[in-house]
Amino acid sequence: MHRFANPTTFMRIANAVFPWAAGLAVVLFLAGLPIALVTSPPDYQQGDTVRLFYIHVPSAWISLLVYGSMAVSSAAFLIWRHPMANVSARAIAPMGATFTGLALITGMLWGQPMWGTFWVWDARLTSFLLLFFLYLGYIALADAFEDPERGDKAAAILAVVGSVNLPIIHFSVEWWNTLHQPSIVKMGGFTVDGSILLPLFLMLGAFTCYTVAVWVLRLRAELLAVKLRNARMSEVSLSRMPAE
Amino acid sequence: MDAVTKVLEMGGYAMWVWPAYGAVAVGLIGLLLITLRSLKAREREFAAVRRNRPPAPGDAA
Amino acid sequence: MTRKRRRLYFVMLGLLGLGGGVALALTAFQDNIVFFRSPTEVAAGKVAANQRVRIGGLVENGSLVKNGENISFSVTDMSNTLKVQYTGLLPDLFREGQGIIAEGQMKGGVFVASEVLAKHDENYMPKEVADALKKSGHWQEGGVQAPPRQEGGAPSATPAK
Repeated sequence: MHRFANPTTFMRIANAVFPWAAGLAVVLFLAGLPIALVTSPPDYQQGDTVRLFYIHVPSAWISLLVYGSMAVSSAAFLIWRHPMANVSARAIAPMGATFTGLALITGMLWGQPMWGTFWVWDARLTSFLLLFFLYLGYIALADAFEDPERGDKAAAILAVVGSVNLPIIHFSVEWWNTLHQPSIVKMGGFTVDGSILLPLFLMLGAFTCYTVAVWVLRLRAELLAVKLRNARMSEVSLSRMPAE
Repeated sequence: MDAVTKVLEMGGYAMWVWPAYGAVAVGLIGLLLITLRSLKAREREFAAVRRNRPPAPGDAA
Repeated sequence: MTRKRRRLYFVMLGLLGLGGGVALALTAFQDNIVFFRSPTEVAAGKVAANQRVRIGGLVENGSLVKNGENISFSVTDMSNTLKVQYTGLLPDLFREGQGIIAEGQMKGGVFVASEVLAKHDENYMPKEVADALKKSGHWQEGGVQAPPRQEGGAPSATPAK
């Protein structure tokens, strides 16, 4: 793990992964969307609203995956001061916020026709809304200080503390009775027919590859921002130095 | 043509399904564009800083 | 080296303490996090009269009576049953045998609902598969009945043309 803390090694791997992730994302979207929107069958109860499944579940999955990555790199930043850890967390946080927002929006647009309401305060929906605010809090905290290192530290602490919410989101539908239905993943399989599972997996893959590809682009931008800051700081200190 | 209308109608749920797909499209494409834009801007900025950099320290004065 | 070790232990202990605290709090507030009550809990007197609550269960087969917008049905959790009265529009998924959640209050042994929400389960399949499962006798779960396919959907989802 510590090997990847070296920015050069980290970016070498990230840049090597980028074309594959970007290409695969395009292929999976092109393959998945026609199946998700056209050829897959309507659900026996929910009719064509089941097509919301193919964007709602991937959005929610990415929201949790991104938060997990952000929490782990924040912990690595706090403990080992890995120079890439905070850069990665800063780069990925806006992505997590976007996907969490999309999961909430698609969920509301699904809830209204099926449940009969856009929103209820059950354990699943409430804990997921909290996830959205954790992302917003991270983004706000990271830029709240004059000194970016203090921002990194405060935001990292929030990210690690907020990771307690991840198991709550996942198990909320089992621990308490909720309006939201339980997980489709059961011991020994899925509670979903193959014809509906196929577009779901294609879209899950597409969303994941998209996230990895855009994350690499954001890493590059975030690293450049660090370099720019360092360059400016050395300029300032140079200009303040008395001429020899 | 009929097949197209059928897909567009979404079995009567068009007003829920299509806006949701639209929101996801806007989110994913928007995120990509914002990312590319900030990356390009920083690359330009960085190139400019490099060009203006004094060849040796101390030249700033 | 030792400082990193110390920070590692600090973060791990912090998370452990935090997780434990949150778990305790969630257990303590269990009753408030629960979204709805079952007919059995109502029968056990856990719900006071005129207290606004949500109840949930399956709509009992054959219990649905529709009189214009005046609707009455029974909600069951297989051990107890509760009569529900409701005036208004039902969600598309509302069917006999389907899970629902109703918000309202107990009035003289009848639950008077002001809002009815449909709950669905985690099973997704095309209609043909559902029919085949029922035919082969592999159908399980709360005796869900084959829903008549609604053309155009309920009033809440008028087709956009």
